[in-house]
Amino acid sequence: MVIFEKNRKGTAGFTVPSWDIDEWDEIPETSLADSLELLEVSEVDVVRHYTRLSRMNFGVDSGMYPLGSCTMKYNPKINEKIAQLDGFLNCHPLSGDRLSQGCLEILYLLNEYLCEITGFDRFTLSPAAGAHGELTGVMIIKKHFEKIGEERTHIIIPDSAHGTNPASVSMCGFEVREVPSKDGDVDIEHLADMVDERTAAMMLTSPNTFGLFDRNSIEIADILHRKGALFYCDGANLNALMGKARITDMGFDMMHINLHKTFSTPHGGGGPGAGPLGVVDSLKGYLPVPLIGKDDRGYFLDENLPDSIGRMHSFYGNFLVILKAFAYIRTLGPAGIVAVAENAVLNANYLLARLKNDFHLPIDRLCMHEFVISDRNFPNGITTNDIAKRILDYGFHAPTVYFPLTVQGAMMIEPTETESKEELDRFVETMQQIKREAIEEPDTVKRAPHRTPVRRVDAVLASRKPTLIWEEDKDKSPTG
Amino acid sequence: MGYISTTERERKEMLHEIGVSSIDSLFQDIPEQLLLSGNLNLPEALSEPELHTLIRKIESRNTCITSFTGGGAYHHYVPAVVDQLSLRSEFYTAYTPYQPEVSQGTLTAIFEFQTMICRLTGMEVANASLYDGATALAEAALMSMRINGRKKIVISNTIHPHYRAVLKTYAWANDCPIIETGFSEGVTDQSRTEKHVDDETSAVIVQSPNFFGIIEDIPPLAEIAHRRGALLIAVVAEPLSLGMLKSPGALGADIVCGEAQSFGNYVGFGGPYLGILAARKEHLRKVPGRLVGKTVDMEGNESFVLTLQTREQHIRRERATSNICTNQGLCALRTIIYLSLLGNRLRDLARLNHRLASHLMQRLSGRGFERVFTGPFFNELVMRIGNARDVHERLKKKGFILGIPLDGYYPSLSDCLLICCTETVSPEEINDLIAALE
Repeated sequence: MVIFEKNRKGTAGFTVPSWDIDEWDEIPETSLADSLELLEVSEVDVVRHYTRLSRMNFGVDSGMYPLGSCTMKYNPKINEKIAQLDGFLNCHPLSGDRLSQGCLEILYLLNEYLCEITGFDRFTLSPAAGAHGELTGVMIIKKHFEKIGEERTHIIIPDSAHGTNPASVSMCGFEVREVPSKDGDVDIEHLADMVDERTAAMMLTSPNTFGLFDRNSIEIADILHRKGALFYCDGANLNALMGKARITDMGFDMMHINLHKTFSTPHGGGGPGAGPLGVVDSLKGYLPVPLIGKDDRGYFLDENLPDSIGRMHSFYGNFLVILKAFAYIRTLGPAGIVAVAENAVLNANYLLARLKNDFHLPIDRLCMHEFVISDRNFPNGITTNDIAKRILDYGFHAPTVYFPLTVQGAMMIEPTETESKEELDRFVETMQQIKREAIEEPDTVKRAPHRTPVRRVDAVLASRKPTLIWEEDKDKSPTG
Repeated sequence: MGYISTTERERKEMLHEIGVSSIDSLFQDIPEQLLLSGNLNLPEALSEPELHTLIRKIESRNTCITSFTGGGAYHHYVPAVVDQLSLRSEFYTAYTPYQPEVSQGTLTAIFEFQTMICRLTGMEVANASLYDGATALAEAALMSMRINGRKKIVISNTIHPHYRAVLKTYAWANDCPIIETGFSEGVTDQSRTEKHVDDETSAVIVQSPNFFGIIEDIPPLAEIAHRRGALLIAVVAEPLSLGMLKSPGALGADIVCGEAQSFGNYVGFGGPYLGILAARKEHLRKVPGRLVGKTVDMEGNESFVLTLQTREQHIRRERATSNICTNQGLCALRTIIYLSLLGNRLRDLARLNHRLASHLMQRLSGRGFERVFTGPFFNELVMRIGNARDVHERLKKKGFILGIPLDGYYPSLSDCLLICCTETVSPEEINDLIAALE
């Protein structure tokens, strides 16, 4: 049921102040709408409706959410509380540096922390999401070669890359060239043949989307740098590395970070996130405006960056998200940061060790923070999709499915550091149970889920006959 | 530490199960020379009470005083219901609704959001939201290029300067020319616009109410665009105006984009906000970003699902309509809850905003301020006063931010302030402001 079906003429969920003020300046009739037909619902009905909807959702607080590459870790409640302080909520982005010193301090310090963790020289906090950070990064690549007067036409991306990588590349007019993987690493010989004076950059997720640290990282950087190309790190998986190794030491020139993954800010059902982009010193001048500066009068928004690619966001990025990441880093401290990476990798390897006898493992290596299994050899034609749906019945979210694309029927599992051993064991037992069901009662799995708020949803119908808004005549509802 | 739930003993058992002796051996693929030997140089860990104290201290370095500031970020009252409901962790700790069977809450809310955005903008399809107003404008421009295969964009310079700046960044990356047209009397100059529009023009972009708060005359601009086969993109930065003004769809817009922060989201130093993008049905397959559609489950129950995903990066990769991956789900949720509560009362709130702003204008006119543009405005307008920067600074010390000095954005508008008035400022506070001007 949608809120529009709760429409009851004569009710209202909000009272507008009835201040007695004259209207001095009339808006001409031609500009005014004749009427407004949204809806009328009481406050109680609104609250009941959205409370009901919330109960049809599954979040990290509901249970383990091993969605690979998404780092669905616990979202600390203190960070939510902090992000609701009036002094931050009501600080207007155009109120001037002097009145927003607190906000500017948060932005300034988070830049410093991220630099320390990754090794980069400067971060922009403008990008509102990982893909937005990537886009910013590819623009900087373009700007760099424009500035030094070299015509570079393509960017290399591994076949296992996130879809946002090639999409960001083509939004900046570069051609995408795909390099194959070999045993979970980039095929280094193939890469060496591909890189030439027309190569602008290579984008690599580190650890990669198999959940593996590319053993050739240093050689890849050398191959690229020898030809003057840049090395971009998709930082979606920084959770496995922070405090253990620095990204710049691996030869990367730039990287975006997903604060909503590694730094525990919630995903919000699909955003808002934040995707800061860090660069080495030689690329600093291209970062988008504004950056945060500091002098003896305090912090300030620095718009004076002549080589900048320009502006990327209405204001300065998702400040309230950035604030939560700041609080998280201050809670963890240096030892906590390392503990996160170590426990994320431990939890993933523990799950891998316990699952690998029952599930096909395309690449048999110790993993980092996540790993990939597949539905190969699964009995009775049960697919990854069936398994994922059945997992929902047991009170877990499903893993990422059918990604990376190079593994047929992939299930990418990332438990994160915040899950207990008890929960990991319960997940293993569930997966083993599903395997048994696949043999003994395959229909139960094929028709899953059974215990969720709705049963298996028909996505094909939705795209064949798209209904994207609610219409009254199509859906008879009691009104008036 | 680090919100970790395993005990030391369990970690030993886990290592044993894996078959390694230490956690360090799990990192064996990382070359020795890359592993950090020392600790990170970060401040030491804080307990929750210490963290809270620290953050309160930093918060206190912001100065929140009575604000008449708009310019793409609007102080509107956020009903308690919006805060309470959006804090239900089933909503905010969920990811993008990839598994619809356990995401009907998010999906239903987005479907409602799409419906509401269509009703307000007069459009037929709307996406699940984009990052913010500026990036929504850039995405709308790229969308129009996909629709008609042209590359040139003609944009009014009464559009928010930051939105234009973001569009220029995206357009530069795409090698697309952007032509800015001027304004006269605070609105887009029609004859100059007409001169710039030709058969290469993909879209004409205009904002209403524009950056100066003035309501633009969209139909003639739409006609100029349509005559040459270009699209008209209407930008809405203050969506509360849609509560009383004719919808851009009714005025001839082909795509409507903009910002929905005003609907239940705080100004929050610029983010998170949410961009909106709505269009006519014929352009559906060129729309960037997430879309939620209605369908049924295997028992025939109404349900919702992410749909038309073949437009998107995770399927289409370099040929996707955009690189955008997520929407601003939680902000969209806040928006739909806000709009459900307000409902048709949105019109009353819009009228109140307009009355307050016109009242303020009248009062300031009696204090030496001069109205710069004569056209009708919504809740924001430009006023000139001698030594505007000084007046502005002096008022700050008395507890008022009287809008935004415009000289930094438009050199021709020196001594001008962009002043906004919403329901967060009461008539008494307007009296106080006027008294402070004495």
